[in-house]
Amino acid sequence: MLLFLNQLINGLHVGAIYALIALGYTMVYGIVRLINFAHGDILMVGAYTAVVLITMLHLPVLLVIILVLLVCVLFGVLIERVAYKPLRNSPRISSLITAIGVSMLLQNIALLVFTPTPKPYPISLSLPALQIGTLSIGSITVLTILVSAALMIVLQLFVSTTRAGKAMRAVSEDFDAAQLMGINVNNTISLTFAIGCALAGIGSLLYGLAYPSVSPTLGALPGLKAFIAAVLGGIGIIPGAMLGGLIMGLAESLTKAYISSQLSDAVVYGILIVVLLFKPSGLLGRGTREKV
Amino acid sequence: MLKVEHLDLYYGAIHALHDICFEVEQGEIVTLIGANGAGKTSILHAISGLLPYRNGLVTFAGCPITKMPPHKLVGMGLVHVPEGRRVFARMSVMENLDMGAFTSRSKEDQARTLEKVFEHFPRLKERRRQAAGTLSGGEQQMLAMGRALMSKPKLLMMDEPSMGLSPLLVQEIFAITREINREGVTVLLVEQNAHMALSIANRGYVLETGRIIKEGAAGDLLRDEDVKKAYLGT
Ligand SMILES: Nc1ncnc2c1ncn2[C@@H]1O[C@H](COP(=O)(O)OP(=O)(O)OP(=O)(O)O)[C@@H](O)[C@H]1O
Ligand SMILES: [Mg+2]
Repeated sequence: MLLFLNQLINGLHVGAIYALIALGYTMVYGIVRLINFAHGDILMVGAYTAVVLITMLHLPVLLVIILVLLVCVLFGVLIERVAYKPLRNSPRISSLITAIGVSMLLQNIALLVFTPTPKPYPISLSLPALQIGTLSIGSITVLTILVSAALMIVLQLFVSTTRAGKAMRAVSEDFDAAQLMGINVNNTISLTFAIGCALAGIGSLLYGLAYPSVSPTLGALPGLKAFIAAVLGGIGIIPGAMLGGLIMGLAESLTKAYISSQLSDAVVYGILIVVLLFKPSGLLGRGTREKV
Repeated sequence: MLKVEHLDLYYGAIHALHDICFEVEQGEIVTLIGANGAGKTSILHAISGLLPYRNGLVTFAGCPITKMPPHKLVGMGLVHVPEGRRVFARMSVMENLDMGAFTSRSKEDQARTLEKVFEHFPRLKERRRQAAGTLSGGEQQMLAMGRALMSKPKLLMMDEPSMGLSPLLVQEIFAITREINREGVTVLLVEQNAHMALSIANRGYVLETGRIIKEGAAGDLLRDEDVKKAYLGT
């Protein structure tokens, strides 16, 4: 029972990180119908930013956190403007290939600048674990779950109540009609990339705390898992990314504990395949289109 | 108020609009009629900036608006109700109306305009919490018009509001269009339903395969033998 609870909490921990990253995939897809394969690499950008700022420039942690977020946002917005925007009216395969290209570019630049040798993640958290009876939950886990939950609530409120959030939903539903309402779609798209990458930036902080080793391909695996989470929950749907992330995290940690740690990825992909077989649009996806 | 001069539009190699020239004066209802594929929607998209065009000059309220991005026109009072309603299906009726008022910054102003819109379309008030995608076709048309009115347009361009509606609803929509016009909104009405459109319009232009082939007072066009044969089915 204790093992089960521990694995459940581990699953929530990993799942919360996947969910944060998955939100970036899903929001961007929702608005420009593009799988931004470079999104996972924003995690790596955030991690190296922390490395540079702390181990080389010795800046205080709080300032570093803010700068990491800014750098991630800047990268996301620039990537959109430079690489994706010119292709907005091209066939979708062009921007998809471009996205893969951007991802490889970022990884290779990191390889060139930072070498393939992993660097230790420079931020750590040393608070006592939370004790509930015999159950002990690590402080990083507690922090990750709380921060992610809070961010998801804020994001949900943002898109459902604010002017900019509603504009985002309008653009994702109908690009042209949104422009005819006077919505500046370029700004709305930039805002979407900015929010997605800010979440990835926070994801990079939480990921670094949990797996404190920074390498050029750091973002690839969590990026892939988060992408799968977004598809699992229904790509383009914000609560779907949250749900998908949590399911992925839980499936992974429970498989590791009870079946085999080698099989955890197979189980995750298996779940994805089964869900997509029965519901191709994902768990929360709308199977049919609304009346138009 | 709106002036289109020598507009040429291409889809790749296809020359879709040839030297289109027309004008809408303040306070008028002007209709552009034409069969399927004549180029009516293309004209509105060109004016709104949704489609780039090769040649031509478009002026609105004395301002050249050629190459202006679509979102800037709303603030100037030029508003386009697109073909097929294009309401935001997953957003509520109320949220759709809010999007219509996107460029307006004053809450009080918005509330007053909303009252007006609900007077024209009481059905929308009853259904304001419902998702727009679950409305009937007629209700969606009302929402598309109400949403456009929320931005307090000077010129309303409507693309086939009668499409897919029952004759009774078409009458209702056209009656409301006339009311809106009486309240001071100039209307550019694109229609295949030539009879209905000409019966509420002051003037009309007839469009055939990308060219304007006839223009005149609506009453004259209604009596015109060619127009009768081609568009009025008599
Ligand atoms: N995206 C496009 N690519 C190529 N050709 C197009 C495109 N859109 C429209 N056309 C062509 O341009 C011409 C005019 O089309 P348009 O949609 O403006 O006609 P319409 O008068 O609005 O017709 P309808 O009454 O059916 O709405 C048609 O021949 C159409 O096939
Ligand atoms: Mg049309």
